[in-house]
Amino acid sequence: MKEQAQPKHIGAGMNRVDGFQKVTGAAKYSAEYELPGLAYGVLVGSTVAKGRITSLDTKAAAGAPGVLAVVTHLNSPKVPGFTPSGKDPSQPQTVGGRLQVFHDDKIRFSDQPIALVVADTLERARYAARLVKAQYAKEAHQTNLLEAKSFLPTQAKQNPKSPMADYQRGQGDAYQGGALKVESEYIIPTEMHHPMEMQSITAHWEAADRLTLYDKTQGTQGTRRDFAKEWNLPEENVKVVATFVGGAFGNALHSWPHESAAIIGAKVTGRPVKLMLTREQMFTLVGYRPYTWQKIGMSATADGKITAITHESVGQTSSYEEFTESTLAQTRMMYQAPNLATRYRIAAVDVSTPIWMRGPGEATGAFALESAMDEMAYLLKLDPLEFRLRNYTDQDPEKNRPWSTKFLKECYQAGADRIGWRKRQLQPGALREGDWLLGYGMGVGTFGAHRGAAQVSARLLPTGRVLLQCATTDIGPGTGTAMTQIAADTLGLDPARITFELGQSGFPKAGSQGGSSTVNTVGQAVQDASRALLDKLRQQAAAGNAAFGSAAPADVVFTDKHLTLKGNDAARVAYADLLRQPDAGFVLVESKPDGADQQKYSMYSFSVHFAEVAVHVLTGEVRVRKLVSCADAGTIVNEKTAANQMKGGAVGGIGMALMEHAIIDDRYGRYVTKDFADYHVPVHADAPAVEVYFVNQPDPHVNALGTKGIGEIATIGVAPAIANAVFNATGKRVRELPITPDKLV
Amino acid sequence: MNQFQYVRATKPQAAIEVVAKDPTAAFIAGGTNLVDLMKRGVMTPQKLVDINRLPLNKIERQGNALRVGALALNSAVANDAQVREHHPLLALALQAGASGQLRNMATVGGNMLQRTRCAYFYDLSMPCNKRQPGTGCGALEGINRMHAIFGASDKCIAVHPSDMSVALVALDATVLVSGPKGDRQLPFADLHRLPGNTPEKDTNLLPGELITAVDIPDSPFAKHVHYQKVRERASYAFALVSAAVALDLDGNTIKAARLALGGVAHKPWRLAAAEQVLVGQPATEASFRRAAEVAMQGAKAFKHNAFKLKLAPNALVQALKTAAAA
Ligand SMILES: Cc1cc2nc3c(=O)[nH]c(=O)nc-3n(C[C@H](O)[C@H](O)[C@H](O)COP(=O)(O)OP(=O)(O)OC[C@H]3O[C@@H](n4cnc5c(N)ncnc54)[C@H](O)[C@@H]3O)c2cc1C
Repeated sequence: MKEQAQPKHIGAGMNRVDGFQKVTGAAKYSAEYELPGLAYGVLVGSTVAKGRITSLDTKAAAGAPGVLAVVTHLNSPKVPGFTPSGKDPSQPQTVGGRLQVFHDDKIRFSDQPIALVVADTLERARYAARLVKAQYAKEAHQTNLLEAKSFLPTQAKQNPKSPMADYQRGQGDAYQGGALKVESEYIIPTEMHHPMEMQSITAHWEAADRLTLYDKTQGTQGTRRDFAKEWNLPEENVKVVATFVGGAFGNALHSWPHESAAIIGAKVTGRPVKLMLTREQMFTLVGYRPYTWQKIGMSATADGKITAITHESVGQTSSYEEFTESTLAQTRMMYQAPNLATRYRIAAVDVSTPIWMRGPGEATGAFALESAMDEMAYLLKLDPLEFRLRNYTDQDPEKNRPWSTKFLKECYQAGADRIGWRKRQLQPGALREGDWLLGYGMGVGTFGAHRGAAQVSARLLPTGRVLLQCATTDIGPGTGTAMTQIAADTLGLDPARITFELGQSGFPKAGSQGGSSTVNTVGQAVQDASRALLDKLRQQAAAGNAAFGSAAPADVVFTDKHLTLKGNDAARVAYADLLRQPDAGFVLVESKPDGADQQKYSMYSFSVHFAEVAVHVLTGEVRVRKLVSCADAGTIVNEKTAANQMKGGAVGGIGMALMEHAIIDDRYGRYVTKDFADYHVPVHADAPAVEVYFVNQPDPHVNALGTKGIGEIATIGVAPAIANAVFNATGKRVRELPITPDKLV
Repeated sequence: MNQFQYVRATKPQAAIEVVAKDPTAAFIAGGTNLVDLMKRGVMTPQKLVDINRLPLNKIERQGNALRVGALALNSAVANDAQVREHHPLLALALQAGASGQLRNMATVGGNMLQRTRCAYFYDLSMPCNKRQPGTGCGALEGINRMHAIFGASDKCIAVHPSDMSVALVALDATVLVSGPKGDRQLPFADLHRLPGNTPEKDTNLLPGELITAVDIPDSPFAKHVHYQKVRERASYAFALVSAAVALDLDGNTIKAARLALGGVAHKPWRLAAAEQVLVGQPATEASFRRAAEVAMQGAKAFKHNAFKLKLAPNALVQALKTAAAA
C-alpha cells in the first residue's frame, strides 16, 4: 500500500541531514563530551599471552603527578555482574562470556588490560601507565589456529537446527566421486577493525546508582543492557548516548573491556572518566575478523551443472568466549547443487574475542565459494558468468521456498556490461599492456534481508515541525537522512521540517545497527509512525473542523501554522489549538515483521562485483583498475548514501583482497603488525572509481518500503572478484589472502 | 613517553656541546620518527635539543656539488628546481616516501637517521639487540618478511627504511658533519653500518655529531634515472624492496651506471659490482638481467623473506628498463 502516489524524497540523493555538522566539527563523538571534573583513563596491557599475574608494582604510577587511581585486579571494586567462571576444564569449548576486566589474576591474551590508570590529564595518565610493572607466571599459549583443536560451537551441539550445525542435502561429500572436481583450501587472515574513530567511552556515575555513558556503540540499548546487568542496576538507571559514531563496521556491536574499565575507574575516583583506546589497542581490545581456514570440494557435469559442494571452515575464537558467524550460509543457498554439505567449526586460541566485521562470515565464506566457482569454471573451460547462470537458483534450495525477490540476473547483466566483460579471455595472461597483465573477475555476495522490531515516536511541535525519535544509532551510513526522507514522503512534509533523533538509549526501542537491518526495521517503523501521526492529527483536528473527520490521512497538509486538507484550504486548524488537547500530536508506534511472510519466503539481498586488475609482471604489484558493484537491495531510499555504502564496501574488499593482514608471532602470542605502517588498509591511490548499479526493485515481503539492506553485500564477494581477476591476469591462484606482491613474483 | 627537558638551539656549536656532553640527549628535527619512538618508549632521551632554528636548510651550489642543508624539508628538496634538474633520482626517491604531510615535517638529516621499522625493535616486550643489546634478535626466527637479505648478522636482521638514502648512496653523496672536535665529511656509503655485533649503532656518527648538510656531486645522471619502490599498496608504505638506478647512456650504450637497493640491508645497499657489469653494454633487458644476477650474489633469505631474492632483481630490472626509456 502506498501512501503517496509518487515518492518525492525516497530514492533521491538527498544530502546528509548531519553533513554540515560533520564537516564543521559540530558533531559530537563519544570522546568529545567535556564534563565537570572529567578524568582520563589509560589501560596497561599484559605482555604475555597466557598465565597469571604474580606481582604488580603500581607504586610509582600511583605516586605520579595527577594520578587519581590505579585500578588492578588487586584493588578493583567488586562488580556485581562479574561471576567466577565455572567451566569444565576437560572441554575445549569456551561458551563463556565477555572478559571480566580486573576480576582475577588470569591472563587470557596478550595486551589484556591489567591496570587502569586514571589521572587529571590524558598526558599524565599516559605517563603513569608506563610506570606500572607486572610480573607473570607464563603458561604455554596457542595462538595458531591451524594447530588448535577445532570443535562444533556449543549452540550447534545444543540445537541441531542452529545455523552453525552441520548441514546436508542429498549425499554428503558427493563431490569426491565426481569426474570433474575442484578441491581447494582457502585462508583469510585476521583482519582488524580500524574505523576512523577509535573506540572511546566517557563513563559518568551521576549518582551511586545512576550511570551515564557517552559511548561508541552500535546499539545504545544493548550497551545499556550489558552495563545495567554488570552493575546490577535497573535499565532505566543507565543512560547511553551515541549520537555520532565515527564508523564501526561491527566492532561496536559488543561490549568490550575498556568500557567496563572506564565505568570501574569512574566508580573508584568518583569522577567521570574518559577512556579512548590507542590505535595500537584497537588491534587487541575490540574484536576483528577471525582468521579462518576453509576447504571446498565441488563437482560438476561437463556441461556446467554443479553436482555437489562440500564447504568446511574453522574460525578463530578466544579461550573465554565463543564467537560464531555465518561463514557457510551463502554456500547453502546460492547455487543449485543437489548434494551439499557444510561443516562449521571454531577453535579457541589465546587471543581476544573476534567480532563481526562488515559482511561478517559471509564475506569470508564468499571468498572460498566464489574462488571455487572460478576454479570450476576454468576447469570446465566455461565463462565464469555463464557457469553461474547455469547454476542459478529460482528458489531457495536450502529452505525449498521462493525468494521474496531476487534480481541477481539483472545485476549480472548490468555488471558485465559496465566492466566490459566481453574483453575477458578464458585463458589467463592473454591480455597485456606493457609490463602489466590484465585480468577480469567476478564474485557474488548475499546477505539476509533481516528485519526486527522497533519503536519510533513522532511528535508534532507547535512550530509545525515533526520530531521523530528512536534509540537506533547511525554508524555512518546516513540513517538520520534516510529516516527523514521516509518520514517526509509519508507525512508529505518538507524534510527541512523534520528532525529525526537517534543514538540515545532512552528513545523508543531499537536493536543495534548491524546486519544491514536498520532501514528494513527502523525505516519501516518511521513510515508506520508517520502514518499513525497523520491519522492521529487528522482525528484530533476533526474536533476543531469536521472536514478532517472524513478526510484520508494522506490528504492532511502541513502549512506554516496550520494543519489543512488537500483541495480544501478552508479546513484549517492551528497547531497551537491542536496541541492544546492532552496527548495531542504524539504517537509511539511499534513495527514488526510479518511472521507469515517470513515463513513463506527466503529474504536476501544480492550483489555481484566485477573487477578489472593489472598485475605487474616483474614486481607482482596488483592494481585494481576498475570495480563495478551491482546490488539487488530492494528499494533504494537514498541513491547517494546507498552508493556511498557500496563504494566503501568495495574499498574494504580491496583491503581484504590485497593488503589487510594481522600477523601474530606465535612464539610470543603477540601481533607484529600493530600500527598503520605495518597493517595496511587501502589509501586513495588503491581505490579506483567504483561504479555502482542498483536494480532498485521493491521487495514487497520484507517490509512495506520494499528495502532489503545494503551494508554487508557491499563487501561480500569483492575479495574473490579481485582474486579471480588476478588469476585471469596471471594464471596464479592465490588461496590465502591477502594477495601481496611476494605471492605473485 | 618519558619526561624530558627541551632546549632550543640557536647555534650549531651550542647544540653539539649539549648532546656531546650528555649521552641521554638527542637532537630533534622534524620529530616524525623520534617522537613516535618516544611515545612507544623505544627511545627515551632525557633532553631534546631542537635544531630547527639552526640555519641549515639551504639548497645551494658549492663547487662541484649541490649542497642540501640537513634541515631542508623532504618536500622542499623534492620540489627544488636544481634537484629536479640535476638529481631527479633524489626527488623521485623522496616523493616515494611517507606522505605529503610527513614530507612537510621531515628533514634531510632526520630522514637519513630514521630508525628501522622492525616490529621487534618497536615492541618493548619482545627481544631486540638494537633496542636493548643482549636480549637477542626477535626477527631472526620470527616474522621476518620485511627483513634483510644482505649483510645481516645473527644479532640483527633489520633493514634501514629510508627511501632518500637509497638515492643518495647511488649518487655518491657526501655527508657533512660538525662535532665537538670540529667538522668532517664522510661518504654517504660510510654513514650507515652493518649490524655485526653492535646493531645498537645505526651509523658511524660519533656522540654529539650533527649532520649539517649533504653534498651531491655533479654527475651525468640527470636523465636516465628511476626509483622503483615495490610496496603492498600504491602509496604510503615502506618498501618491500626498492631500487635506485641512474644510467649515463651514449646512444644505447651504457657509459656508466649507479645502482642501489633499499629494503634489503641494514644500510642502503650500493651495487658496485653490478654497475661494472653494465659499463659498455647495450641498454637491454638482457644486460639488466645479468647485472641483477651479479647484484644478488651473496644474498641470503630468512624464513619469510625468500621472495626478496626474486623481487629485488626484478625491481632492479624494472627500474633499469624505465630509466633507459626515460
Ligand atoms: C607514517 C610514516 C610513514 C613513513 N613512510 C616512509 C617511507 O615510505 N619512506 C621513508 O623513507 N620514510 C618514511 N617515513 C619516515 C620519515 O621519512 C622520517 O620519519 C623522517 O624523514 C625523519 O625526519 P625528521 O626530521 O622528522 O627526524 P626526527 O624524527 O626529528 O629525527 C630522527 C633522528 O635523527 C636525529 N637527527 C635529526 N636531525 C639530525 C641532524 N641534523 N644531525 C644529527 N642527528 C639528527 C634525531 O636525533 C633522531 O634520532 C615515514 C614516517 C612515518 C611516521
